[in-house]
Amino acid sequence: MFDIGIGHYLTLGAVIFTIGVVGIFLNRKNVIVILMSIELILLAVNINLVSFSIFLNDLSGQIFTLFILTVAAAEAAIGLAIIVVYYRNSGTIRVEEIDNLKG
Amino acid sequence: MPAHAFFFYIFSLIAIVSAIMVTTSKNTVHSVFFLILDFISISCLFILIGAEFLGMIMLIVYVGAVAVLFLFVVMMLNVAQQKNQWFGAATGSKHIPVGMIVSLIIFFELLIVIGGWKLKPDLSNDFINLSTTNITNTHSIGNVLYTDYIHLFQLSGMILLVAMIGAIVLTFRQRSGLKRQSYIRQISREKNDGVELVDVKNKEGVKIDV
Repeated sequence: MFDIGIGHYLTLGAVIFTIGVVGIFLNRKNVIVILMSIELILLAVNINLVSFSIFLNDLSGQIFTLFILTVAAAEAAIGLAIIVVYYRNSGTIRVEEIDNLKG
Repeated sequence: MPAHAFFFYIFSLIAIVSAIMVTTSKNTVHSVFFLILDFISISCLFILIGAEFLGMIMLIVYVGAVAVLFLFVVMMLNVAQQKNQWFGAATGSKHIPVGMIVSLIIFFELLIVIGGWKLKPDLSNDFINLSTTNITNTHSIGNVLYTDYIHLFQLSGMILLVAMIGAIVLTFRQRSGLKRQSYIRQISREKNDGVELVDVKNKEGVKIDV
């Protein structure tokens, strides 16, 4: 219990990953919250990579985390830009009303 | 070791609770605030485990840039008061059991993977501390990042550039009916085009075409 190993960190990553997935599946109102859930998922992946990198004494995991951080920032910028354009065109970003593809 | 465990449990508890609050809170602005809290506690965990550089970068990039961007967009789009409810929606209710089942399966798969990794003794034996060496975490990352991973580093710079251009192109809006300054017309204007000398006849006016 008091000996924190890699399992604790991986479990934390698994919990946060699952919360992110649940947020994507169950959110029916707002697209921005879905983007935030994607950020949570990327965060969980970062936790896994960093803990493996520390406990295996290999720096590649931290380098990968750096690149994931870059891609996450780019993804957030593009996603929010798309949301802004969609809101400007259709006046809503509710998930229920974005059904042009009849999904 | 007990201090490490204590701080680990505190920060991970804060992280999990705030992650739950991100997805369940009714107000989108509150979701963004809890997202910021989540990022901060996770970066504290990174610093705790020994990856100081990544913890600080997480603070700068996520809290300083991404979360503020989210907050900016939420406030600009005026969707903060849209109620973010899960189970009240009548049309989306058929997705909820499927989503729950899939999420639970994912969670238990991850747990099984972690358990299998822990039970394998020859992999988990070498718990060597990175801090036994003399150089700091930032120093060692810099040693690797600018030599072995320099192409990927530059490629990530290109990704950021493309994202910036894409965001600008997507949100740029050309309004019609605005008088704009045209530099090329201003610069290419000559004395002969600008001034016209007219011989004015006596007792007649001058007709001016504007």
